[in-house]
Amino acid sequence: MVLSHAVSESDVSVHSTFASRYVRTSLPRFKMPENSIPKEAAYQIINDELMLDGNPRLNLASFVTTWMEPECDKLIMSSINKNYVDMDEYPVTTELQNRCVNMIAHLFNAPLGETETAVGVGTVGSSEAIMLAGLAFKRKWQNKRKAEGKPVDKPNIVTGANVQVCWEKFARYFEVELKEVKLSEGYYVMDPEKAVEMVDENTICVAAILGSTLNGEFEDVKLLNDLLVEKNKETGWDTPIHVDAASGGFIAPFLYPELEWDFRLPLVKSINVSGHKYGLVYAGIGWVIWRNKEDLPEELIFHINYLGADQPTFTLNFSKGSSQVIAQYYQLIRLGYEGYRNVMENCRENMIVLREGLEKTERFNIVSKDEGVPLVAFSLKDNSSHTEFEVSDMLRRYGWIVPAYTMPPNAQHITVLRVVIREDFSRTLAERLVIDIEKVMCELDELPSRVMHKISLGEEKSEANSDNLMVTVKKSDMDKQREIIKGWKKFVSERKRTNGIC
Amino acid sequence: MVLTRTATESSENVCSTFGSRYVRTTLPKYEIGESSIPKEAAYQIIKDELMLDGNPRLNLASFVTTWMEPECDKLIMDSINKNYVDMDEYPVTTELQNRCVNMIARLFNAPLGETETAVGVGTVGSSEAIMLAGLAFKRNWQNKRKAEGKPYDKPNIVTGANVQVCWEKFARYFEVELKEVKLSEGYYVMDPDKAAEMVDENTICVAAILGSTLNGEFEDVKRLNDLLVKKNAETGWNTPIHVDAASGGFIAPFIYPELEWDFRLPLVKSINVSGHKYGLVYAGIGWVVWRAQADLPDELIFHINYLGADQPTFTLNFSKGSSQIIAQYYQLIRLGFEGYKNVMENCRENMVVLKEGLEKTERFNIVSKDEGVPLVAFSLKDHSFHNEFEISEMLRRFGWIVPAYTMPADAQHITVLRVVIREDFSRTLAERLVADIVKVLHELDTLPSKISRKMGTEGLLGDGKAKKVEREILMEVIVGWRKFVTDRKKMNGVC
Repeated sequence: MVLSHAVSESDVSVHSTFASRYVRTSLPRFKMPENSIPKEAAYQIINDELMLDGNPRLNLASFVTTWMEPECDKLIMSSINKNYVDMDEYPVTTELQNRCVNMIAHLFNAPLGETETAVGVGTVGSSEAIMLAGLAFKRKWQNKRKAEGKPVDKPNIVTGANVQVCWEKFARYFEVELKEVKLSEGYYVMDPEKAVEMVDENTICVAAILGSTLNGEFEDVKLLNDLLVEKNKETGWDTPIHVDAASGGFIAPFLYPELEWDFRLPLVKSINVSGHKYGLVYAGIGWVIWRNKEDLPEELIFHINYLGADQPTFTLNFSKGSSQVIAQYYQLIRLGYEGYRNVMENCRENMIVLREGLEKTERFNIVSKDEGVPLVAFSLKDNSSHTEFEVSDMLRRYGWIVPAYTMPPNAQHITVLRVVIREDFSRTLAERLVIDIEKVMCELDELPSRVMHKISLGEEKSEANSDNLMVTVKKSDMDKQREIIKGWKKFVSERKRTNGIC
Repeated sequence: MVLTRTATESSENVCSTFGSRYVRTTLPKYEIGESSIPKEAAYQIIKDELMLDGNPRLNLASFVTTWMEPECDKLIMDSINKNYVDMDEYPVTTELQNRCVNMIARLFNAPLGETETAVGVGTVGSSEAIMLAGLAFKRNWQNKRKAEGKPYDKPNIVTGANVQVCWEKFARYFEVELKEVKLSEGYYVMDPDKAAEMVDENTICVAAILGSTLNGEFEDVKRLNDLLVKKNAETGWNTPIHVDAASGGFIAPFIYPELEWDFRLPLVKSINVSGHKYGLVYAGIGWVVWRAQADLPDELIFHINYLGADQPTFTLNFSKGSSQIIAQYYQLIRLGFEGYKNVMENCRENMVVLKEGLEKTERFNIVSKDEGVPLVAFSLKDHSFHNEFEISEMLRRFGWIVPAYTMPADAQHITVLRVVIREDFSRTLAERLVADIVKVLHELDTLPSKISRKMGTEGLLGDGKAKKVEREILMEVIVGWRKFVTDRKKMNGVC
């Protein structure tokens, strides 16, 4: 008798997705697998793991755009295989970048003639933009000092302690000293007077931020400019200004056009802005604009022979995708002045809705101002039982990602929660967030005060005497708690700089 | 009598795409327009202009991937709005990057234990990767010299003159001197003997290329390693090696596994590879891997507090998209060792098809070798009437983008055409290209010799057709252009 042996392993393409053997075997995590797997299985496996990532649109920590119109998505997908640096092969894409640079330079009132082309470049983000601007300043300063026969080995840059981490990267990688103007309680941006005091002959530039990462405030660039003009007259050092307008560059011209912060101020020599923040493009595009040719030393520029004409380039990255450049151009022509203004006004209104909702709870201090980047930074009025980090943790359960940060020195005893209002954070979401925060506060009120398992700060908790703590806690436990809190506070202060506030 | 007035301007969304007023007005090119326009109009306007770009898949100049499977395209689109640097918010994406680093480190035989995590990072491309590796070498060397009490103000790096332009960027922006080993006719990569000779106490590292941009050749890293080991034993300088495997890193392990070029050689301390070349991912992803923690000075690393654990980061860029990292992981698990091997073998076969087709025409010298990156670099046997730049231009009419380049010093009288064989360059396309090149040659044969208007020069001129005076003028012009090209040759953006 012949037993027919049924095929035990059916043709793989017949298996339903989750029954195939590919989703049942463990994929190697540290080594490339020996064999291939079908593309449907690969897609499903990765898609499923990624479900456990946060939802980008509920990520209220980030300034970076998380939604674009479907038409733009179509353009992005069709240009995903264009390598931006192949200027010869993709001349239209290159021209779109040039147009964007010109439009943004005009937006910042660069002193250009009618048909004069602006000096600027598209980058992968403000980090690269800042490094390029810093490099230009450093090289210019070195050339000037060499001509004067003075030493060039100790360049420094003056900024506020509230700078974003990429300035520290620039300082560390390009061997420039970072001189930080310390903050103080209630004043969370760079003080122009203190900054000008710190300027010396080795200062390559003073960097002002339009839209501080921590509370969205615009620094007073005009005051800085005026003070520096005076100091330059006395010293003859000619110290320039760079404005880090990563967030504010696409807000101020539309909401606060009379605010003088850009090339209208004579000492501002370069400005960077993130296309992927309020430029309303997905992550991966930034812009840096120089006032004019003299501010960008020729020796840093590489000249590519492009269609027989000269295309100067000055970037750190070489090959990269073209999608974001095209998306930025799409936004600039699709929205125009009117459209950007509408979006920014919407953001500001939703910010006010959120702020008023929080004020109504009477549990929070609002640390951010109305003028500036549309975000709401708030801290608890009463830190004795619970901290902002706990509020942040509990909001995660509802799906919201609201980060909590400590301020840089000398205000590191202040912790804030920060909600960034992006284009796609509608009014309904703002109202819902307020309701969820109220729920969280109610829950916290019922919980006893507890020691945080993660890195967190209590404030005056350790100084408060035992009467303020919950009655249920015994004295020895309280001592232990105090020690632990002190230890963690020290631990956090040492690490605070690298807390990756972005 | 009341006249009813019909609306003269219909509502905008009734107009057909090309009938609406938006496509009839000039868009401001240098200033942002005052008003908004509908999204359909914006989309159509941009799409139409972009039609005049080259077709990426016919761009035979580039190593960078131009096609991926639709499933991967879906993953890319879904993650386009994830900012990679938000590690706290997107922990899975961060973990996928870590897995890729580990897989690639092991692919390069990094000396790691079974569960030991590799030291490496994902970057936006090999440029960033090289700058990070170079920074690490520079800082290591400076620390060493400071400890010895010696001057550290004149670091230099030894490479071949065939390096890609990003090494020069690194040198210029990070204030390191670039000492180039010149090429010679017939030998278009860095000579290990000459390189080892040029090493001095200020050398922070020697950079070897696995897959030279110009002709795809692999440099002899093993020989360089052996020579340098000897020299280090004499001098005590401990000069390390960096391998720029931008193209070769995803080729050599699959089709030349016995070739020793990676961490199997003791002096190789870091390797970079472009995920977007033969890693088979779209533009925008590179990887750099270090041999061990000791080769990456801790002072360069920023520690981000990530989910309560420490996530060290070392990158130049901060915010960027997550799509390419996810795509790289997709390729690594989708293809596996077997899949990559098949793709590379395919590329090599198609390269052989193209090479043999060109050899059959008997008009070309093949400058590239069979071993190395699958590309074909070829030059004309006879330059007296026409040159490679003309061929390149005429091929454009057929839709092909085939670049022509002059070699760097000291072989700058050689011009080559270069066709890169990527995953999506199938055999039919290879055969079609040969047929089109044959057509172009026929056309050129019927044209009189002319001076090329773009940068293109070649050696001998002078034939019976041109009069003597014209010939002298021609010679002057050619000499002038040649000098012009030589001065600019470095910036020719050979990529």
